Amino acid sequence: MNKAKDILRSSKNSSPSGKVDGALIPILEQVSDPEIPVLSIMDMGVVRSAVFENDVVKVQITPTYSGCPAMDVIGDDIKKALKDAGYKSEVELILSPAWTTDWITPRGRKALEDYGIAAPLGAEADKDVLLHGKRLVKCPQCGSTNTKMVSQFGSTACKAQFQCDDCLEPFDYFKCLK
Amino acid sequence: MKDNLYQYLLGIADNSLILGQRMGELCGHGPSLETDIACTNISLDLFGQVRSYYQYAAKIAGDGRTEDDIAMLRKEREYLNVLLVEQPNTDFAYTMARHFLFDVYHLLFLTELKKSKDMTLAAIATKCIKEVRYHQRFSSDWIRRLGDGTEESHNRMQAAINDLWTYTDELFHQTEADKAMVSEGIGVDVTKLKAAYYEKVNTILEESTLSIPESKYFQKGGKMGIHTEHIGFLLAELQYMQRTYPNMEW
Repeated sequence: MNKAKDILRSSKNSSPSGKVDGALIPILEQVSDPEIPVLSIMDMGVVRSAVFENDVVKVQITPTYSGCPAMDVIGDDIKKALKDAGYKSEVELILSPAWTTDWITPRGRKALEDYGIAAPLGAEADKDVLLHGKRLVKCPQCGSTNTKMVSQFGSTACKAQFQCDDCLEPFDYFKCLK
Repeated sequence: MKDNLYQYLLGIADNSLILGQRMGELCGHGPSLETDIACTNISLDLFGQVRSYYQYAAKIAGDGRTEDDIAMLRKEREYLNVLLVEQPNTDFAYTMARHFLFDVYHLLFLTELKKSKDMTLAAIATKCIKEVRYHQRFSSDWIRRLGDGTEESHNRMQAAINDLWTYTDELFHQTEADKAMVSEGIGVDVTKLKAAYYEKVNTILEESTLSIPESKYFQKGGKMGIHTEHIGFLLAELQYMQRTYPNMEW
């Protein structure tokens, strides 16, 4: 029961203007970003809608970054997951409205932190850390905010490289995109 | 209308394609690991943006050509990018100066393109602008660091700015397709971006202790398909796989 509630909440947050058929939610939640396997595409907020049209499932997804190579993989993974569940599907990539890190659900943010990636700050705070060297990003290892930016660009388009000056661990910060 | 829109899309997309290819050349050759990754990340963003434009262009052309055909199989004179973006990576100051001089324009351009009556173009612009903001932060930062750095870095950055300055005016030239698209409410009137462009560029140059070039002589031609000698070499590399193994897929 709790789980059902949780799913409802996450689907509402992950696609604020889209609609996802209840029966499809558990299937789509099994699909994750290949670069960040702990984060389901529902919690990442890239699923704009998923509905039945006759006997075909139509899924709309929105890219996080326009050149993100993960999007093609995600499209294929969605089709595979739906096929395994016995559905035919079509996946469409849509650009509008453009994805924002605000669509990552609270559960998604926690999954990121647990995985060792600092979740995005608000737009202003993000500017402060990336442009003015402020120490606001919380180290996902030890929780200290005594952290510094190493590079505005990280291992993937969506992340920047940081290092914690207390525990000395390097880590990724998921950049704010608005 | 259809032909003008197609040409207009190429004009926008080719800038990002050629600049993306230049930045991609730094893969494994960046001056440090972090800058190497940053440059290739930027390259990836630009290629992603290019795909959106070419997919739309292919739909408009409606003659069976795909986004890949448009990107890979045109001849030199059919590429409509500005001369600025095809200039080679000489040293890192030059690479960053070229990027900065384009980023400032790119951001102003996309801000206007967001208001296009063409819903697809407006959606692409809305998406791209979020990424280009990061690009401009990155390149501006390097203008400051090198400009206001050591004597050597300052001199190199000043030389790069002086050299590339001659390609900036072309950004604000209108082609026939531009004019047609502006009158339809689809395109951006680039002539109106000029004042804001130089104001922003000059502000950052001043912050970086760099002087603003006084040259009044400017190069042009890229938007008409007349390029500098550098683009042939760039296209040879860009097109190599498709020319050697036609229709190959990755």
